[in-house]
Amino acid sequence: MRTSQPLILRNARLTYADRVIFDGLDATFAVGRTTCLLGPSGVGKTTLLKALAGLADVGVPVEKRPVAWMAQDDLLCPWLDARANVTLGARLRGERPDDARAQALLERVGLGDRAAAKPETLSGGQRQRVALARTLYEEREIVLMDEPFSGLDAPTRWRLQDLAATLLAGRTVVLVTHDPREALRVGHDIRVLAGRPATLGPVLSPAGPPPRALDALDLLALESRLIAELAAAAA
Amino acid sequence: MIRGLVALMGLLAGWEALVRATDVPHFILPGPLRVGAALIANFEFIMANAAVTLLEIVLGMAMGLLLGLSCALALAASRTARAWLLPLVVASQAIPVFAIAPLLVLWLGFGIASKVAAAALIVFFPVASAFYDGLARTNPGWLDLARTMGAAKSSTLLHLRLPAALPAFASGARVAAAIAPIGAVIGEWVGASAGLGFLMLQSNAQMRVDLMFAALTVLAAFALGLYALVDKAMALLVPWDPKRIDR
Repeated sequence: MRTSQPLILRNARLTYADRVIFDGLDATFAVGRTTCLLGPSGVGKTTLLKALAGLADVGVPVEKRPVAWMAQDDLLCPWLDARANVTLGARLRGERPDDARAQALLERVGLGDRAAAKPETLSGGQRQRVALARTLYEEREIVLMDEPFSGLDAPTRWRLQDLAATLLAGRTVVLVTHDPREALRVGHDIRVLAGRPATLGPVLSPAGPPPRALDALDLLALESRLIAELAAAAA
Repeated sequence: MIRGLVALMGLLAGWEALVRATDVPHFILPGPLRVGAALIANFEFIMANAAVTLLEIVLGMAMGLLLGLSCALALAASRTARAWLLPLVVASQAIPVFAIAPLLVLWLGFGIASKVAAAALIVFFPVASAFYDGLARTNPGWLDLARTMGAAKSSTLLHLRLPAALPAFASGARVAAAIAPIGAVIGEWVGASAGLGFLMLQSNAQMRVDLMFAALTVLAAFALGLYALVDKAMALLVPWDPKRIDR
């Protein structure tokens, strides 16, 4: 994975119904690392992420760079089987789908035997694994994820965080979440977006490589601090 | 299904009892037994006319579905088409088929062409509007995903919006199956030389109300059969349709 330049957003501005959500926001996301963007709902995290993907307008031109996108909704096509869902991007670009690579990716997310299964027959966790395989199929150095595991139950979420952190290693990942625990599990760097108008807090880099087990005392202390910070911002 | 049949039998028995109790003349309201006898006595005659009507319905539906489908696709694909065609599509619904059926007969003649056109017209709008609605309401998440994947507009339409709108098209097609017979029968009432609508009009004029009911029964049976067939076909076309899963 050749990752050349950091992902930069400068002087971003967002208003919603005459209310300034954020203004003059600068953000730099380090190359080859996973940055978790943590914040209460309504603070503009998703819009910020969409702006990085070129999907939302934040008042300033954002450098167009190819990204892979993964949302909370798995966005699987119900008329396609798991393998065809993984190769959706190829079909949309008019390329020939690489079924062998899709199969290999499904095996890496633990669904090698479900390649022919329709999404309606898969569990929520399995569906999100297929979505992860589809994201990896795109082979982009930048991966943007919007609350990718929020809809899952705790053990499934835990397993998927492990899987994602392992499979996305080396890429420049920006992951939006409202869950401090998730940020501590999978983020090399954590940044809190909070306030009105919202500002980005300093870069926090917990010790140890992700996925972290969260059994170290300093991580638990950091979790309490982040929760307190988010609670203060929400009040 | 069984409960429906029992209810129908009860209704028929009540009808027969009412006719016998009130002694109403058979040229006003014949009992179901009398209608059944008329159906058996005139079976070949009725079926010959039914074949004509069925052909009109099937051809009209096929044309209406095809027109509605292509119109909805054109509307979804191009802004220009929306600006020019959308008012026309809405206007097409504002004119009742009843009102233009005489014109259709004048232009297309007493044969089946005018009836096919009437059925196609009545089918066109629900199909076009349901399918266009489906195409216009693609999950915005899919559109975002397609944009990050570098998809062209046309391929997003073909690979995402079109299949995603198939359940909406299926709803339109089911409505079409239910109303296509109306179009064909209206066409026959305005001017025809064969068909179940024509037969009903003739029987009514000759006070053969039992024959009229017999023709009506066959029409209803055909319409129900057509609906069931289309419903089945749509379930095969759109196996992920939540309508089917809920059943």
